[in-house]
Amino acid sequence: MHDNLDINIEQLSKTEGHADLEVKIRKGKVEDVKLKIIENKRFYTQAVRKRHYSSIPQFVSRICGTCSIAHLTCCIKAVERCLDIVPSEQIQIQRKLSVYGMMIRDHALHLYFFCLPDIFNKDSIFDFDSSKDNLIKQAFAMKSAGNNLSKLIAGRAVHPTLQKIGYFSKIPSKEQIREMIDQLKNTREHVFELIELFYNSNFEFSRETIFISLDSKDYSFLDGSIVTSTGLKVKEEDFWNYLERIIIPYSQATGFKFSTKEYMVGALARMNLNKDKLYIDSKKELNQFLKVFPSNNIYHNNLAQAIEILHCLDHSIQLLETNDFKSQTPPKLTLKGERRGIGVIEAPRGTLYHHLEINRDSKVTYANFVIPTAQNQIKMENDIRLLLPKILNKQKHEIYHELEKVIRAYDPCMSCASHFLKLKWI
Amino acid sequence: MKLNVGWFSFTCCEDSTIVFIELMNERFFEWRKLINFKYFRTFKSNNSIDDLDIAFVEGAISSKKEEETLRKIRENSKKLVAIGSCACTGSPANQRNFFDKKTKNEIQFILERFNQKEFVLPLADLVKVDDYISGCPMDEKVFLAKLDKYFKEFELINA
Repeated sequence: MHDNLDINIEQLSKTEGHADLEVKIRKGKVEDVKLKIIENKRFYTQAVRKRHYSSIPQFVSRICGTCSIAHLTCCIKAVERCLDIVPSEQIQIQRKLSVYGMMIRDHALHLYFFCLPDIFNKDSIFDFDSSKDNLIKQAFAMKSAGNNLSKLIAGRAVHPTLQKIGYFSKIPSKEQIREMIDQLKNTREHVFELIELFYNSNFEFSRETIFISLDSKDYSFLDGSIVTSTGLKVKEEDFWNYLERIIIPYSQATGFKFSTKEYMVGALARMNLNKDKLYIDSKKELNQFLKVFPSNNIYHNNLAQAIEILHCLDHSIQLLETNDFKSQTPPKLTLKGERRGIGVIEAPRGTLYHHLEINRDSKVTYANFVIPTAQNQIKMENDIRLLLPKILNKQKHEIYHELEKVIRAYDPCMSCASHFLKLKWI
Repeated sequence: MKLNVGWFSFTCCEDSTIVFIELMNERFFEWRKLINFKYFRTFKSNNSIDDLDIAFVEGAISSKKEEETLRKIRENSKKLVAIGSCACTGSPANQRNFFDKKTKNEIQFILERFNQKEFVLPLADLVKVDDYISGCPMDEKVFLAKLDKYFKEFELINA
């Protein structure tokens, strides 16, 4: 048992971006916990001002390397609402496929490369012995399937080039689609092993949590209302009215509360609130695993991510097999005076909100971006505070590891979470 | 013998790291034989910057702490390679350099609070850069060609 202990983890590993964790224990009590997101801000909220609205989606894609497709898709949605553009069914399908590709790649990276070392008690995949070679091959095959799906539909997996306001500038050929379907099908069998690994893991940290996500009717991450585990249903454009921006002086990212309460977004929230909408073929084979949800165990976020990979693979195969993709012409972009547009989607790490205001000269006058990891920041820090008393009897290096592990379970993305100016300072 | 590599990220969106990890999809087992990742925080917690053959550095430099770390990396590396647009040119991470006075005033307290530099800089403004792999994200083909060049230069594969 540690009576007095100072923990200072500089740069948590196996996450996207940079964060530090500081803990102070005095007389056996947790005196202070600081989760510091230390990514230096790039001030996108300010940088978009005075720019022509048509340049904004590609520009804000640069907020984040790993979930650039989420930022691009969400921002296009906000711009299209400013222009009264309603995307066709085919465009919606292409966007689903583009986002599914990102989810497969991004979740696979997190689960195989950041979380599995914890399960196998290793520091990294580089330390796995040859008995795990097959698993590593599966990991890369799965990432590759997601990567190639986004490339095929959106041009690139990072900052995609074909996904535009109101259209896609190129469509895949029938031959390419056939090859893609084969690759997705070949990947499918490996997902079950991944799901079982996280299902059988005994990691647990549970506490009562408010969960929030979109309730997309086909679990496609792109539309629906915002629903909460407390039973509220909120329209996309009203989301901000429920949010309270919390200034965390030592962190470069703002925290958020929903109706004055701490909450969580992400795969666990989606699975808890919307598992009935998963693709029917996936659901049939997931019966025992889906019984786990709703769950308050943060480590089930990783099981939820693995299940989402299967959903994305299966729904993508169905969409590619049953649709004809036709070339599209760019829509005429017409702005009727000053406009305000809000886009909300589910990014890999949770609900993402983009709000743009555009003046008569087509220039952006105001932007507000609410990022999943920023929304989870307060809960992550409180988890550390509540977990510490339970693990103080462990060795120091074990405590370090437990703390990193619980943060990692959220799949935080610090690059995304910072880069926005806090409006008020306390 | 392996190539001692450090992989570093400063102020940026880490897109080149993602591209690199995607390039591993087809090459992990080959690279595992040739590369010893001494520093790769995205993948491991046990990291060291000592005696690097090559440091791949992503992102622009926006704080004094980042500048100090970059200088340390330079001292410890035989070659330093700037990857991606922010490291090579500063942009788009450097957009605050071009804000008007009013917007600069608006963000000033953040810059002070987090010890930020007055201007966000590309790597070459602070240290010697041996190679550039530009693009947003970095160009995959150029990266693979440069890595191959270094494998030969450090005699890990035949020239």
